[in-house]
Amino acid sequence: MQALYAQLLVGLINGSFYALLSLGLAVIFGMLNIINFAHGALYMMGAFCAYFLLNLTGLGYWWALLIAPIVVGIFGMVLERTMLQWLSGLDHLYGLLLTFGIALIVQGVFQNYFGSSGLPYAIPDELKGGMNLGFMFLPIYRAWVVIFSLVVCFSTWYLIERTRLGAYLRAATENPTLVRAFGINVPRMITLTYGLGVGLAALAGVLSAPINQVRPLMGENIIIVVFAVVVIGGMGSIMGSIITGFALGVIEGLTKYFYPEASNTVVFVLMVLVLLVKPTGLTGRAA
Amino acid sequence: MTAMTDDTLPATPRVIRDEMIAFAIMTGLLLIVPLTGLYPFFVMQGLCFALLACAFNLLIGYGGLLSFGHAMFLGTGGYVTAHAVKVWGVPPELGILIGMAASAGLGIITGAVAIRRQGIYFAMITLALSQLLYFIYLQAPFTHGEDGIQGIPQGRLLGIFDLSKPTVLYYVIVAGFLFGFLVIFRAINSPFGEVLKSIRENEQRAISLGYKTDQYKLLAFILSGTLAGFAGSLKVFVVQNASLSDVEVGMSGLIVLMTLVGGLGTVFGPVIGAFIIVATQQYLAGFGSWVTVIQGSIFVACVLTFRRGIVGEIAHLFRRSL
Repeated sequence: MQALYAQLLVGLINGSFYALLSLGLAVIFGMLNIINFAHGALYMMGAFCAYFLLNLTGLGYWWALLIAPIVVGIFGMVLERTMLQWLSGLDHLYGLLLTFGIALIVQGVFQNYFGSSGLPYAIPDELKGGMNLGFMFLPIYRAWVVIFSLVVCFSTWYLIERTRLGAYLRAATENPTLVRAFGINVPRMITLTYGLGVGLAALAGVLSAPINQVRPLMGENIIIVVFAVVVIGGMGSIMGSIITGFALGVIEGLTKYFYPEASNTVVFVLMVLVLLVKPTGLTGRAA
Repeated sequence: MTAMTDDTLPATPRVIRDEMIAFAIMTGLLLIVPLTGLYPFFVMQGLCFALLACAFNLLIGYGGLLSFGHAMFLGTGGYVTAHAVKVWGVPPELGILIGMAASAGLGIITGAVAIRRQGIYFAMITLALSQLLYFIYLQAPFTHGEDGIQGIPQGRLLGIFDLSKPTVLYYVIVAGFLFGFLVIFRAINSPFGEVLKSIRENEQRAISLGYKTDQYKLLAFILSGTLAGFAGSLKVFVVQNASLSDVEVGMSGLIVLMTLVGGLGTVFGPVIGAFIIVATQQYLAGFGSWVTVIQGSIFVACVLTFRRGIVGEIAHLFRRSL
């Protein structure tokens, strides 16, 4: 039973990353009509940001949680302003190809300087150790990741679904021309949205640094899983992305316990099943 | 939203004539390669990737479907042919047929799933499916995991052509490439190809005209997958191994890049693009992981400034179809 709970926890943690990443993808897709293939590379940059902050400036984990999303978010906004902006009006697929190219460049540069092996990043002192819950041993850092991700996910949901800024954002997703006519600077909102989505990816990167180490290719496989998550959940709903992300993480964790051989593939198999039963995704509407 | 290709010239006699001349030039060049002293191994590798890119282009350029997982067909054709030739000891022609049959089967299964969504989702689904297959091949015993299948015997094609002789092998690969190329060329210029183009331009209207677009898309997907598998089978006899690197996401990206550089929706673009990318890989191999950076930069440059690709820009300049 111990092992089952441990795998459940691992599943919840991976689910947190899936939720944060697919949430960012959905927000970006809503505004820019682009599937951000560079999301995995930016997630990796978040983790490297934390690593550099610690080793070059001595700023620890808590500062990294704040600074890394801002730095990577600014990097993303520069990308949006210099490149992605020029793709508006073209087929969606060009956005996918462009961001794929960006991902290759970013990952290639980091790989060139840091190789493929992992760099260690220590768990901060405040979150070391664990609690004995009686039925299992709970490492505090892992519990923190799950709780903090939930808080961030629901804050993002609240920001988009319940605030005035979010209302502008949703309106601009539906009809950008009309929203511009009301005097709202839609291009700036698009840039900020990309920054927000990318910042969420960087935050996931910082959270994962102490668990998974910091590797140049850490985002390469996770982004494909997140694509499958997005296909399963549909990108129409913010809450849908969050719930699907966590649910698939847990299912993956359970698979690791019951049938480890399939743990790499279970998300993709589920995607196939969902496509056969409900092609629009669980929360999606017909295109 | 503008479509990804602007192939607006109708198939007039002039267009067909231009393409025939280009085809004759290409065939002539390929036939005299062994006389020029050019490294035949490089040309053979280029031809396998050129066929692969042409098969991919059939989907994106004519059907408007971006498959981001075409490496799965390359890998499947390669693995199955390699296994059949090495372990079962079948002759090369049978090995190739078995490899193609396996790719066709994979095309039926993955196509039936992937065509349920359009556009961007189609790309993500094919990517996820190819990743699924990657993990299956990683764990399946017959692929030998990380080692791959090594030392594949080349054998005698039809019991006559000794494939271990470089010149014989070269002409067999050229013949295979030309066969695949002509099948695609025929498909594009058939009524089937016209319906496919109409689906690319406006699927709703094609449906309203009474075409069962799903069937056309599935058929195009299977044809493309089978020919991509054929390219994988041929490649086995050139490189004499089959490994996981052929099924990886990076390979799927390369296929997209080759076609994009040459020109999406052009007949000869994928061939040019494939040779350019294979050449960059060959000559830049010493730069290590900078090759990835360079390939990424080509991607970015193509999408931002050069969306028609090399052949597409030339064709556009001269108002010709190539």
